[in-house]
Amino acid sequence: MRTDVLVIGGGAAGMGAAIAAAKEGVKVTLLEREEKTGGILNQCIHNGFGLHYFKEELTGPEYAERLKKILGEYDIDVVTDSVVKVIKNKKVVTVSCDGVKEIETSSIVFATGAREKPFGALMIPGDRPSGIFTAGVVQKFINIENRLPGKRALILGSGDIGLIMARRLTLEGVEVVGVVERMPYPGGLARNIRQCLEDFDIPLYLSSTVVEVRGKERLEKVVVAKVDEAFNPIPGTEKTFKVDTLVLSAGLLPMVSLVSDFATLNGTSGGLATSNIGQSSVEWLFGAGNSTVVYDLVDYVTIEGERAGKFAALYAKGEKLSEKIPIEPGENVRVLHPRWYSKDDGLTIYTRVSKPIEKAKLVIGNYERTLTNLMPSEMVVLKVPARYLEGFNKLEVSIKEV
Amino acid sequence: MKGVVIGAGIVGSLIARELTRYGFDVSIIEKEADIGWGVTKANSGIVHAGYDDEPGTLRAALCAKGNAMYEKLSKELDFKVKRTGSFVVAFNDEELEILKELIKRGETNGVPDLKILDRDDALSMEPHLNPEIKYALYAPTAGVIFPWDVAIAAVENATANGAKLFLNEKVVDIEVKDGRVKKVITDKGEHEADLVINAAGLYGDEIARMAGAEHVPIHPRKGEYIILDNKVSKMVKRVIFPTPSKKSKGILVVPTLTGEVLLGPTAQDLPPEMKDNLSTTAEGLNFVKEKVIKLMPNLPFNKTLKTFAGLRPESPQKDFFIKKSDKVWGFVNVIAIRSPGLTAAPAIAKYVVEKVIEEDMGITLEKNESFNPIRKGITHFADLPPEEWNEIIKKDPKAGKIICFCNKVTEREVIEAIKRGARTLDGIKFRTRAMAGRCQANFCTTRVMRVLARELGVDMSEIMLKSGNSWVVDGKVRR
Ligand SMILES: Cc1cc2nc3c(=O)[nH]c(=O)nc-3n(C[C@H](O)[C@H](O)[C@H](O)COP(=O)(O)OP(=O)(O)OC[C@H]3O[C@@H](n4cnc5c(N)ncnc54)[C@H](O)[C@@H]3O)c2cc1C
Ligand SMILES: Cc1cc2nc3c(=O)[nH]c(=O)nc-3n(C[C@H](O)[C@H](O)[C@H](O)COP(=O)(O)OP(=O)(O)OC[C@H]3O[C@@H](n4cnc5c(N)ncnc54)[C@H](O)[C@@H]3O)c2cc1C
Repeated sequence: MRTDVLVIGGGAAGMGAAIAAAKEGVKVTLLEREEKTGGILNQCIHNGFGLHYFKEELTGPEYAERLKKILGEYDIDVVTDSVVKVIKNKKVVTVSCDGVKEIETSSIVFATGAREKPFGALMIPGDRPSGIFTAGVVQKFINIENRLPGKRALILGSGDIGLIMARRLTLEGVEVVGVVERMPYPGGLARNIRQCLEDFDIPLYLSSTVVEVRGKERLEKVVVAKVDEAFNPIPGTEKTFKVDTLVLSAGLLPMVSLVSDFATLNGTSGGLATSNIGQSSVEWLFGAGNSTVVYDLVDYVTIEGERAGKFAALYAKGEKLSEKIPIEPGENVRVLHPRWYSKDDGLTIYTRVSKPIEKAKLVIGNYERTLTNLMPSEMVVLKVPARYLEGFNKLEVSIKEV
Repeated sequence: MKGVVIGAGIVGSLIARELTRYGFDVSIIEKEADIGWGVTKANSGIVHAGYDDEPGTLRAALCAKGNAMYEKLSKELDFKVKRTGSFVVAFNDEELEILKELIKRGETNGVPDLKILDRDDALSMEPHLNPEIKYALYAPTAGVIFPWDVAIAAVENATANGAKLFLNEKVVDIEVKDGRVKKVITDKGEHEADLVINAAGLYGDEIARMAGAEHVPIHPRKGEYIILDNKVSKMVKRVIFPTPSKKSKGILVVPTLTGEVLLGPTAQDLPPEMKDNLSTTAEGLNFVKEKVIKLMPNLPFNKTLKTFAGLRPESPQKDFFIKKSDKVWGFVNVIAIRSPGLTAAPAIAKYVVEKVIEEDMGITLEKNESFNPIRKGITHFADLPPEEWNEIIKKDPKAGKIICFCNKVTEREVIEAIKRGARTLDGIKFRTRAMAGRCQANFCTTRVMRVLARELGVDMSEIMLKSGNSWVVDGKVRR
């Protein structure tokens, strides 16, 4: 089989990319490994999606439906239940109930999303009973399978998914005894702390971590301790929680294993490194969405997906794209996306600071912008006008404390 | 003759199979929910070359022999062995002397092709080794297995040849009458027996006590491990050992069959009453890291998948205890099977039948003419050439429906595992490798649960993670 633009992943990024590529009049194929498109949106039945893109507050599935509807208006080959096994040059091998197939393409948009950091990666000592789940799995149990994960739960990690699950579990009658966060500040958005914890009197234990899990068959108890600045548990501060469920929300990791052997990764995000037009270090490979950097808001995911889709289509049509110049992270920048700038399109910077900063000056090229109340959990999104970037062959983003 | 094998670890499973070869009426009794969930589940998984064990011990007699038997056994039972080879590295001339001793021992034990490499040769074969090493003992016959694969394969073959398997059934007593074994009593019922094989791993001493037979005391020695993502497999080709100490083989780096890299084990003696203490500890895991850095300084710990611990069944004699009882006729101990128990297991099974049962007990063995040594494993379609996989999908679309994205395990494989006896999530995981990959079941937990619930005709809330009451989900959110 042959196509012009092959989009891998049918989440908010992939659907956006497919639509934008189709608008350029090329043949577009979208592959999704789950039974339906929508990605992570399908399991997020809470409100809070789409304010920027659709100018309306939607639930995750509603947002996905909107995109699917637009997708349906174009002649796009959407193949679900189809898993990409390997990407080799411009050939992709997929597996589905229809067989093992090879698809040849002119360009690829890689939009596979992110996975949750697994419990095992945290190396927490203790037993290995049932009842320890990542937040996304709990979300699937409740929202998709209609099943509760347990009766009493503790949440480790104050990422947004964890906070949202704290509220959801409480509403469904599960007793949530607390949220434990090893940093001195929460990992999720301020609005989620308010709406998901404070409104339900769920305690948040900052500078704390789980030091032990106990239970032979099902989880029985979890020991939490305070940590010092180097995140080492402080002896004597242990507190034991009798719970049958431990929900882990320790962050999302971009999924890049299909491309990490041949394309450059963005060291600051763990995702596929791309330019502002979505192009990676390999000229026919474009990327967008959580597989490049983990976003707070789905709207930006779709917008960047569209950009990547459009330029992947232009590339497929044989248009010459401009040289890209590197963008490096400077002072106080923990996460930075994109990693190259091409003057074919405007530049939007997505960045996270490495520590809370009250007042700061963000600098890139000749551009400066004063920012206040920066938190590592909240992504800074800034459009940088092209005129400030002229004459540079290398750019750096730094965030200076003032 | 009615033979009851207590314990479906690698040792009991292979003995049970050997007994069916001679027409015994075999029952295998296992307290866990699946095969190979005792010591056999949590260890280094190495088929040792056999240079470690002091000549004169049973370990030495059976290790290299077992290693060689894996060749034919893996073909008959259709499980994988990867002959990675192994290095024991030395950092100085003192350690070199120990390597030379190991070579000598190896030669006495019948280990082929051992040789000492100098630094440059060793580093060219394993570029990520600490450049400060000076020598390496190279043993090309060392390899790796998934030990539970062997146990599962052996039980499947034994049952195909007439044996009966009883899972979730715990032996609580053994009835002896007139100095002979009579019955094995379990928490579910009783099994008549003329011959009882005690292959109960860590609990071997307790089972022997039930029969009033002689035994050695067994205490657990814990070994903790860290597993790294299979992307790390590029850095390690062979099993890497430090020069051994008196007490243990030290902390190793093991490339597993599917590419994940295993680091460990520690060696911590626990009191006999802690035979179910499989918890990892902060000290243990830190110790593993510290030691591994010395062997391979650049291993990425940020690619950790998970951690676990295993328990070695240790006895004061430090050797396998494989003997008929002189007090109770019909009772055979195959206990204290510590390392290299996996490697020796095929040889142990043969030894038990030919030496202990036939020679020492004087039971005449008659070949079961209809014994079929061949068992077919569950095909992992992703390993097949695309054309072959395609043909299978044409006949059964479920062979193209991928359930576990990381390890590319299909619905058909999951169904096959259930047909062969998997009843729990871990049962599926150990038989198919679904849920064992990079995302650690993030995406496929509910997908596997759906198939399991559907195939078994149960509600999701009845699905267990492993043995006992390890429920996964509670009731429904909205009824
Ligand atoms: C719990 C949670 C709450 C959130 N809350 C909000 C909110 O309130 N408001 C908001 O604006 N944003 C929110 N977000 C953020 C936003 O929803 C996500 O950033 C966005 O949906 C990510 O889209 P994506 O397309 O990059 O990734 P995904 O949605 O993960 O899509 C990736 C798709 O690729 C598929 N795929 C992966 N690998 C392959 C392969 N090999 N072959 C084929 N297909 C593959 C996957 O199945 C998936 O469908 C939330 C996110 C989460 C996780
Ligand atoms: C950390 C570690 C590393 C090791 N590394 C290696 C290695 O690399 N290479 C190697 O060759 N060897 C190695 N070994 C040794 C090897 O794992 C063991 O020798 C082997 O697994 C022992 O198998 P088994 O069948 O005797 O015991 P088990 O696998 O424990 O089997 C005994 C079975 O009996 C069952 N049982 C117990 N009591 C009862 C009862 N009352 N009723 C019913 N059933 C019962 C148990 O549930 C269990 O399934 C290692 C061991 C450890 C712990």
